[in-house]
Amino acid sequence: MTSPDAYRIRKQPFYQPQGNEVDLYEAAYAARLPVMLKGPTGCGKSRFVEYMAWKLGKPLVSVACNEDMTAADLVGRYLLDAGGTRWQDGPLTLAARIGAICYLDEIVEARQDTLVVIHPLTDHRRALPLDKKGEQLAAHPDFQLVISYNPGYQSLVKDLKQSTKQRFTAFSFDYPPAALEGQIVAAETGIAAALAEQLVSVAQAGRRLKGHVLDEGISTRLIVYAATLIVHGIPPADACRMAMVRPITDDADVIDALNHAIAAIFD
Amino acid sequence: MAVPGIRNVADARQRLMATAESQAAWTALDCGFAAVADVFDECWAAARQHIAPAERPAFLDAARTIGKLGRGAEPLLAFLEGWPRVVATLALPQSAILPTLMDSIRRLQKSPNAPAVTPLLQTLGAVAERLRSADALADYQTLALDLAERTAGSIHGRQTTHPSPALPNFLRQAPRLLGLLSLAGMRRWIDSGIRLTSPHPEQQRAYFALASPESRALLQREREGTLFADVERRLGLGLAALWTDDSPLVPYSTAFAAPGLRPYLAADGMRLPDALGTLSGIDGLQRYRAMLAHLAAHRQWSRPLVADNWSPLQRLAVETFEDARIDVLLLRRFPGLRPVLLALHPQPAEDACDPERINSLRHRLTCLSRACLDADHPYTAVATREFAAGLHALLADGEASTRAVAELALAWAARTRVPSDQYANVHFADTEIDYRDDNRHLWTFIEAGDEEDSFDPPPTLAKPERAGLPPRHYPEWDGATQSFRPDWAAVYEALHPAGNPADIDRLLERHALLARRLKRLLDLLKPQDRVRLRYQEDGSELDLDVAVRAWTDWRSGRLPDPRINVSHRTNGRDISVLLLIDLSQSLAARLPGSEQRILDTAREAVALLGWAIGELGDACAIAGFHSNTRHEVRYHHIKGFSEAWDDTVKARLAAVEAGYSTRMGAAVRHAGHALSGRHSEKRILLLLTDGEPADIDVTDPDYLIADTRQAVETLAAEGISTFCLSLDPNAERYIGRIFGNRWRVLDRIENLPEQLPMAYLNLTR
Ligand SMILES: Nc1ncnc2c1ncn2[C@@H]1O[C@H](COP(=O)(O)OP(=O)(O)O)[C@@H](O)[C@H]1O
Ligand SMILES: [Mg+2]
Repeated sequence: MTSPDAYRIRKQPFYQPQGNEVDLYEAAYAARLPVMLKGPTGCGKSRFVEYMAWKLGKPLVSVACNEDMTAADLVGRYLLDAGGTRWQDGPLTLAARIGAICYLDEIVEARQDTLVVIHPLTDHRRALPLDKKGEQLAAHPDFQLVISYNPGYQSLVKDLKQSTKQRFTAFSFDYPPAALEGQIVAAETGIAAALAEQLVSVAQAGRRLKGHVLDEGISTRLIVYAATLIVHGIPPADACRMAMVRPITDDADVIDALNHAIAAIFD
Repeated sequence: MAVPGIRNVADARQRLMATAESQAAWTALDCGFAAVADVFDECWAAARQHIAPAERPAFLDAARTIGKLGRGAEPLLAFLEGWPRVVATLALPQSAILPTLMDSIRRLQKSPNAPAVTPLLQTLGAVAERLRSADALADYQTLALDLAERTAGSIHGRQTTHPSPALPNFLRQAPRLLGLLSLAGMRRWIDSGIRLTSPHPEQQRAYFALASPESRALLQREREGTLFADVERRLGLGLAALWTDDSPLVPYSTAFAAPGLRPYLAADGMRLPDALGTLSGIDGLQRYRAMLAHLAAHRQWSRPLVADNWSPLQRLAVETFEDARIDVLLLRRFPGLRPVLLALHPQPAEDACDPERINSLRHRLTCLSRACLDADHPYTAVATREFAAGLHALLADGEASTRAVAELALAWAARTRVPSDQYANVHFADTEIDYRDDNRHLWTFIEAGDEEDSFDPPPTLAKPERAGLPPRHYPEWDGATQSFRPDWAAVYEALHPAGNPADIDRLLERHALLARRLKRLLDLLKPQDRVRLRYQEDGSELDLDVAVRAWTDWRSGRLPDPRINVSHRTNGRDISVLLLIDLSQSLAARLPGSEQRILDTAREAVALLGWAIGELGDACAIAGFHSNTRHEVRYHHIKGFSEAWDDTVKARLAAVEAGYSTRMGAAVRHAGHALSGRHSEKRILLLLTDGEPADIDVTDPDYLIADTRQAVETLAAEGISTFCLSLDPNAERYIGRIFGNRWRVLDRIENLPEQLPMAYLNLTR
C-alpha cells in the first residue's frame, strides 16, 4: 500500500488567513464534514487546503478536474503488467484508503455523471464501492473530501447539481482586502510593501471592470506572478502588463485603459 | 441727382487726407466711394506699417483694380482693411502673395461667381492667421476656385451661368473650418460635400454654411487630434477602473459651443470637448484623461459651498485652492499622472505682469496653484510660498475638506489683495489650466420656493380590448413584509402582431459580415459539442481504454464487457433557451448622435441571436414584455419553441415596439412557466433589458427589485437558470441584488448585434 507519507506536506505553506476560516475548517475536519471552497480563481483556495493539511498533519491528494475525466480516473482501474493484471487505485480511492484529504479542484469542469461517484463518500456511509474489484472500501477515519468551485464562472451549462452542492459545508473566499492582499504578495515574493500595494491597486482597477467587460478579475495569483517577475528584474510596469493585463483580456480598449491605470499608479 | 445727406462721387475723390503721402495714395487709388474715404487714413497708416515702401505702389494698384470691379465699396474696404494684416501675419514680402490673390480675383470676376470676391477678401485675414504660409494660402485659393467651378452652373447640366450656391458660404466659414481642419481635411470635407449635395443648390448652401447635420458630422470626422467619439470607451473604462466612477461621458461641440467653454460636471454626467489636439507635448487622449481625473477627483473630494456672501474675487480664490487641493490628493493616489498635469499646468513668469497697472489676480492664483503641485516651482513671493506650504500642511494628515481649504483661500485673498484687483484689464496670458473644469458644481445658491410638492396625475388605466387569452395571475413578493401578495399581477399573453418579415431579412443582410464571422464561430463550437457515447457494442471506433480493460478482465478470467466501442453524437447540446426582451418605453430612446433607437438595435441583435441559436440547434423561444400597472402586464409571444425561425416569426419581430413600464418579476414568472414544460437538460431564461424593474403604480424601487429576485430564485429552484444582459451602464447599483452573479452589462449599445450572440455563445460553451 502506498505510504501516506508520500502525500504529507513537509514544509509549512505560507497562508495568510482572511478571517476565522482556519478555526472553522478545523471544526469541519473534526466532524469529517465534506467541505466546498467557493471563490474566484487564484484567490487562495488551494493554498488554504495545503495549509490546513499541513496544520492537521494529514496527507493531501489533489486532483485537477477536467471534462474528459471519467469515474475510473477517480476510482481506479485494472492495468496490465508482465504478470497479468494489477489494480491501480485512482486518487479518490487512494485518499480514502490512506486517510488523506482529497481535494477536487475546479469541480465544475468535471462532467456531472462522473461526479456521482463521490456521493457515497460524502454521507454517513463514508464508503466507496469499487465495483470492478468487487470491493466495498470503507473510508479511513482521517479521510475528508474537499472540492473547490468558482461560482463567478459564467456558464449556464457548467454548474454544480443541487444534489451535489447539498452534500457540502461551504467556505466563501474572495480576493482579500487591499492591505491584506499587499501583505500576502510581499510575504510570498519578498518585494517591498509599497510596491506590493501598487500592484494590488492595479489589480483592483482591473477588478472594477469585472461584469462590464471582463469575466474574471485580476487574481491574487496574477499579482504574485507580477511580483515574481519584478523580483527577477523586470520593471514594474512591464511586469504588470505581462502578468496582470494580457492574460485576462484581448480587448484593445480594456488593455489601453489598464495600461493607463498602470501608468497612473506607478510614478 | 443729388440726394441730401449722401455725399456725391465727386466729393469722395476730393476728400482731404491727413498727410501728403496719404493724400497722394488716395489720389492714386482714384476711388469715388465715400465709405472708403472715411477710413482711408487709418488703412494707409496700417499699410505703411506692414508693407515695405517699394511694395506700396503694387498695393495701391491692386486696390484700384478691386475698386473698379463694379461690386461697390465692399470688396475694396475688405482689401484695404484686411491686406496689411495678411502681410503682417505671414511676415513675408507682399510680392510673395499678392499676385496669386489678384489672379484668383480675376478668375472669379470672369465667372458667374464674381460676387464671391467680397467674402473671399473679408475672411482672408483670419484665414491667413490660420494658415501662416504663402503656399498654404495659395492652396486655399485653389481649393476655393475649384469648389466654385465644380458647383457653379451644374444645375440640370446647363452651361455655367448660375453662380455656385456653395462658394460664398464656404468662404464665410473658412476661418472656422481652418480652426478645426488642416487643408487636407478641408479638401476631403469639400469633396464629400459636393458628392453628397449635388445637384441640389439648397442642400449645397446648407452644407457649406455648416448648417446641415451631415456637414457637421463630416467636419467632425476630418478633425485633427483626438476625437472624443474614438476614445470614449477607453475613457469610460479608465474612469471605472481608476475611480470606480461610472458617470456618463458626454461631449460638447468645440466647433459650435461658446468659445472658452471648459469641461464641467453636470447632473447627468461629465462634459468634455468633442475633440482635443496636442498641447504642450501632451496628446489629446492624455489631455482627456487629465480632465477626467480632475473631474473624478472633484466628485470624490469636493462638496458644494453656499456662494451667496462671497465676492467674485473670493470665489475665484476658493476655486483655485480647491482645484489645487484635489489635484494634490489625486497625485497622491496616482503619482504617475504628475508629468502630464505639470506639463499642462502653465508656469507663468513671476514678473509677467505689473500689478500696479493691470489686474494680476489670475496670474497670482496660477503661480500659487503651480507652487502647490510642483515642489520645484520657481516662485519667490512670500505669500505664494507660505500659502502653498499652508495647503500641504492642511493635507498633511488627511484629505481636509472644501470648507477648510476655502478658509485658507479667503485668508490668501485678504493677504494679497491689491487695488488693481478691481481693474477690468486682466492679465490672462498663461493662466488657463487646460485640464481643469469650470467648477460650476462647487457652488449652490439658496433659492426660495424650491421644494414645492408636485402631485403626479394618477395614471389613466388604459383598458384595451384584449382579444385572446384571459390573464394569468401571479403572486408578487413584498420584500418589506417578507410575504407574497397573492394573484397580484395580471399577465396577458398574446401573439405579437405581425409586421413585414422582409425587414428582418434586410437587417440580417446589413450584418452579413458579422453573420459570416459568427457562422465561423458556430462551426467551431459544433464539433466540441460532439458527445462521446462510450460503452457501445457497435460504434464508430474502438475505445482503447475500455478495450484494454475488457482484455484485462478476460485475461484474468473475468467476464469481459463486450461494449468496447465508442460512437459520437453531434447534437450534444440539450438546451432550451427563452429570450425575454424588455420592451418598455425607454427602449425608444435614440442612441447618442444617431437616428437609430435602442429598440432598433435590439431588434437587430435579437434577429442575429435567433438565427445563431437556430444554427446551433438549441431550442429557442422569444418573447417581449412591458407593463402598465400590475393589472396589465403584457407578454408578447414572438417565437415559440416549436416554431421555426421563419417569416411568421420574423414578421412578429419586425413589428415589435416600445412602450410602458418594466414589471420584471411577473414577466420572469410567466417565462418560467413556459420553460417549465421543457425537458431539456439545461433550461435558460435570458433576459435582455435596459434598466431596472419599474412600474407606474410602484414608488419604492426596492419593491420590484426584491420581487424579481424572488422570481429568479423560484425559477432556480426548478432548475431554470436566469441570466440578465443589461444595457444600463449603471446597472451595477442594483443588478447583483436580483441576479446574483448571473448578469452582464453590455457596454456599447451600438455593438449589441455582435455582443448579444457572442454573450450567448460564451454562456453556453
Ligand atoms: N491567503 C493567502 N495566503 C498566502 N498566499 C495566498 C493567499 N491567497 C492567495 N495567495 C497566493 O495566490 C496564489 C494562488 O492561490 P491559489 O490557492 O492557487 O488559488 P485558487 O486555488 O483559489 O485558484 C497562491 O499561490 C499564493 O501565492
Ligand atoms: Mg475644478
